[in-house]
Amino acid sequence: MVEWTEQERSIINNIFSNLDYDDIGPKALARCLIVYPWTQRYFASFGNLYNADAIKTNPNIATHGTKVLHGLDRAVKNLDNIKATYAELSVLHSEKLHVDPDNFKLLADCLTIVIAAKLGNAFTPEIQATFQKFLAVVVSALGRQYH
Amino acid sequence: MSLTPKDKDTVKAFWAKVSDRVDDIGADALNRMLMVYPQTKTYFAHWKDLSPGSAPVRKHGKTIMSGVSDAVSKIDDLTTGLLNLSELHAFTLRVDPANFKILAHNILVVLAIMFPIDFTPEIHVSMDKFLSALALALSEKYR
Repeated sequence: MVEWTEQERSIINNIFSNLDYDDIGPKALARCLIVYPWTQRYFASFGNLYNADAIKTNPNIATHGTKVLHGLDRAVKNLDNIKATYAELSVLHSEKLHVDPDNFKLLADCLTIVIAAKLGNAFTPEIQATFQKFLAVVVSALGRQYH
Repeated sequence: MSLTPKDKDTVKAFWAKVSDRVDDIGADALNRMLMVYPQTKTYFAHWKDLSPGSAPVRKHGKTIMSGVSDAVSKIDDLTTGLLNLSELHAFTLRVDPANFKILAHNILVVLAIMFPIDFTPEIHVSMDKFLSALALALSEKYR
């Protein structure tokens, strides 16, 4: 069971309630595909991913980035039970999407960097620690049902 | 995943842009590493003060970043250029190489914070590759 302090809950809720999903989601996913190009393997049907500019302007990637970011909402609302909350999503990623769970961490790192760029100095070390803890729990839960 | 000529140019150009804030980058990255990855504090038990902005942390951030700046100038042959530093880390400091990745991540976070417009995905990938290559050169003498 993951323990969350009141402060951590507050930090996580703050970040997500002030988030522009349509901006951050696309940016995080695009960055992941550019910085870790092997992750493009899951998006062969998304159209032109030929170079960084193509990725950044690809509407399918943008839509999907927003969708993935909204996927985190349920974890934010169920901090005390992220593992159960994501059991089905984990099965989906394993059995249907066949995503290597190592990729979850890559996207999490890119999301951290995009949020850091957005918040600037407001992304203090304490807030970074809390946010990364949250993402680590999500990443773990998403990999849990793989076998 | 070795550095292409384009990567090297990108890193050198970006580093020139950020070079006057290098000490701040080092201090902030180190602060974040100690706070976000508390296990890294085990290497600094000999410091009296590990709090953010403390003198030992600022000084050490500066030391580390001058090493990184030096590596930028030796980007064409990091293994040879960082030989002495590798021996230091391998035989004296004995820092587990997993920690190089952790510090690199925090350097990237600080770059994103300080240069939100300039730190594009294209620059991010070249910097990430460079810091990985640096870590590899630093681990050269470990075994």
